[in-house]
Amino acid sequence: MSWEEDEMLRALGAPDVAALFADIPAAVRVDGLDLPRGLAEPDVVSRVTSILRRNRMGEEMPTFLGAGLYDHFVPASVRAITARSEFYSSYTPYQAELSQGILQALFEYQSIVCELTGMDAANTSMYDGSTALGEAALMAARITGKREIVVPRALHWDRRQVLENYGRGPGLRIREVPFDRRTGTLDLAALRESVTEETAAVYVENPNFFGIFDDRVDEIREIARGLLVVGANPLSLAVARPPGDYGADIVVGEGQPLGNAVAFGGPLLGVFACREEHIRKMPGRVIGMTRDADGRRAFCMTMQSREQHIRREKAMSNICTNETLLAVASAAYGAILGGNGLRRLAERNVERARELAARIAGIAGFAAPAFHAEHFNEFVVRTARPYVEIHGALLRAGVHGGVSLEPHFPEVGHAALFATTEVHRLEDHDRLVAALEAAA
Amino acid sequence: MRFRQAVWDEPLLFEKRSNEVDPPKPGLVPPALERAELDLPNLPEWEVVRHFTRLSEMTFGIDSGFYPLGSCTMKFNPKVNEELAALPQVARVHPEQDVSTVQGALQILYELQQTLAAIGGMDAVTLQPAAGAQGEFTGLLMARAYHQDRGDGERNEVLLPDTAHGTNFASAGMLGFRVVEVPSKEGQVDLAALRKAAGPHTLALMLTNPNTLGIFESRVLDIADIVHDAGGLLYYDGANFNAILGKTNPGRMGFDMLHFNLHKTFTTPHGGGGPGVGPVGVTKALEPYLPVPQVAFDGARYSLDYARPKSIGKVRAWYGNFALLVRAYAYILGQGSDGLAWVTERAVLNANYLKKRLESHMDVPFPGLRKHEFVASGSGLRERGLRTMDLAKRLMDHGFHPPTVYFPHLIDEAFMVEPTETESKETLDAFADAVGAILKEDPDVVRTAPHNTAVSRVDEVLAAREPILSWRMWRRKKGG
Repeated sequence: MSWEEDEMLRALGAPDVAALFADIPAAVRVDGLDLPRGLAEPDVVSRVTSILRRNRMGEEMPTFLGAGLYDHFVPASVRAITARSEFYSSYTPYQAELSQGILQALFEYQSIVCELTGMDAANTSMYDGSTALGEAALMAARITGKREIVVPRALHWDRRQVLENYGRGPGLRIREVPFDRRTGTLDLAALRESVTEETAAVYVENPNFFGIFDDRVDEIREIARGLLVVGANPLSLAVARPPGDYGADIVVGEGQPLGNAVAFGGPLLGVFACREEHIRKMPGRVIGMTRDADGRRAFCMTMQSREQHIRREKAMSNICTNETLLAVASAAYGAILGGNGLRRLAERNVERARELAARIAGIAGFAAPAFHAEHFNEFVVRTARPYVEIHGALLRAGVHGGVSLEPHFPEVGHAALFATTEVHRLEDHDRLVAALEAAA
Repeated sequence: MRFRQAVWDEPLLFEKRSNEVDPPKPGLVPPALERAELDLPNLPEWEVVRHFTRLSEMTFGIDSGFYPLGSCTMKFNPKVNEELAALPQVARVHPEQDVSTVQGALQILYELQQTLAAIGGMDAVTLQPAAGAQGEFTGLLMARAYHQDRGDGERNEVLLPDTAHGTNFASAGMLGFRVVEVPSKEGQVDLAALRKAAGPHTLALMLTNPNTLGIFESRVLDIADIVHDAGGLLYYDGANFNAILGKTNPGRMGFDMLHFNLHKTFTTPHGGGGPGVGPVGVTKALEPYLPVPQVAFDGARYSLDYARPKSIGKVRAWYGNFALLVRAYAYILGQGSDGLAWVTERAVLNANYLKKRLESHMDVPFPGLRKHEFVASGSGLRERGLRTMDLAKRLMDHGFHPPTVYFPHLIDEAFMVEPTETESKETLDAFADAVGAILKEDPDVVRTAPHNTAVSRVDEVLAAREPILSWRMWRRKKGG
């Protein structure tokens, strides 16, 4: 018991701390926690690092995984900025006057997202790309009063399941549009048949789950009914037309590639942007520009009447805590690379993927890219024998291959989705190619 | 205390003088999809770092000063956890990696599942939900699956006390459930009203205990009986878990499910509003419905168990906010049973002491003990033409982040204070003294506060009436 605890107890007229818990009935009491006693800081470090050393990762094992998350190089300046404890240890900026800095940073994040997507407004984040899609579907249902969401069959399985769960409240029905077996892109004839009077939204991804750029976007807009929701890797938008250009109402995506770590799948950054006409129906926290009492520019959280703490069960979403710090990281990343840097990086990703696909295609027993189309930074590799066998051989050679598609897309045959980014050196590609040759 | 926040007339990134734009490289994207323009600034790295450093100086974090936001548990975030979470064995591990290459990550997840289950008095835990509100969503989805599985699928009402967090209402609303509000009496759930509200349509009751007034619901076992007798489930909102570590747990109180806010109780930082983590614990009866995958251990190897036919599926991609789970894991290791018990004891001592100090300046409705927080009323300010918001804003000039204001709704001009355990008596005294001093100040000074922050009182009405949400909207608006 420290002197100050002693003084506080005396001021309260309490004999001991136990007296402060007299209101907890004996019937629900527990006698402490059944855990080991605390460790000193050096022991915590050694315990945690020794466990983590059992992980293998990109640094020592070239890893060609993507499927929505991509290991990009993050400049040290980005981490230096998010390591400012004013940013990482602050709460939601309810009190604007004391929080101008992070509010401005978030306004800048929203602005960068809007430039990339061609939308007018963005929120400060959803949990990840999958919940951003779920929220977009709910928003489309709110706006149109309809219940059907049309989605591509070529969709990450997690994203599909999350969408189903988000749709349970209003009872959204999900209709699936197959992909063309040759090009891997959306089957537009099937899309035409899938949209109806009841369509609240058509969701397409570009680049799609197989990493393919679809240039038939204007045709898709024409066919679509309800809202057009586009899912995009924000980095790809440094080289690809912004979805706002081709009529998207809402743009969602996984923002991790913009300056955030893959981190075994979390925390992630749900990008969510929309046209101005829809902003009052948008979920999540939004920062607006305004004035202070002296007429100076200021920022604050705005349109809060859409949110849970005001609107309660009629709120646009239940989201409260979101992924703010990752949004700050993305703003810093976007600013450090700048428009030129982002474009060069995206271009390099396309080039690297082309080079790698061409090399894999040169190995007997492999087809890459399996689909005849233009790709961003990942592509499907078709293999002569079950991919799982090749996967194991690669691991034994110290290389991590792509995501197996066999369990989720049996119609593609023996195949896997391989991604490459600027973190891969030429030697990494060499190692993969050599390991594939040995495994073929 | 004297305090002046930094003031920088820092322009938007977009307003800084940008270098010229490089031309795109042709032939990399299908022509019909090629992007013509990318209107993002091109600045030297040092300018960007200085820009954000200045912005950070106009932001107030827990390391800057006292941050007694009620129900938010703004406590010190141990620095060692930041270092651990930044290791490449955390940052550069991909969630689609083969399980043989992520045994370390899975071990941490598995042990955290077990530890949190023990802390909560539950049988199993999912680490997947990204935040407390998503934990609620997950819990309610499981409750629905549980009832449907028993052929009792008509239940569609969620009972919520009038002191409940806004997210409880919104989570129920998002899933299309009907909210039935249960009034409180003397700061606790009114049992007679609860008896009337509970019935064959009750899906679940959501309750936080201690409630948002900081009062322990001492008849929680009666509450549990009433809801269980009606066939409903009990969901524990763990936002206030800092008040009960080692003293009681939701399992012991009769709850069937709970979420933890690891970014509150277990110090993973709030990040300016996120990321958080909202693991959900359940009793045996609900375990089959947990999201997939669960992390499993056979004594030699850790694995991801997807073979769970009754699972509700997924509520977000992959397994949870891993980098934050690592921080929470390290925090629990460092605290242990002794440290966590101290956390609650000191948090409760600090709250009761500060309540006592503030009672000489403000009305604190409902007598008696509090747990980790308390709610005062600023209604007495009215006679001087002031409101709670004015007091809150003026506290900033003293170097304090204001408490939560205007919540919970049943307290007039609510002023909701949660000091947490990581504050010294000196700070609590200074805060109470500041409140006392402000109440004696010239009301005009208080009404126009803050005066020492980067900007003066912000016009939130204008922001909502004429929304400017991006650089594009701003440029359009000013006709640029």
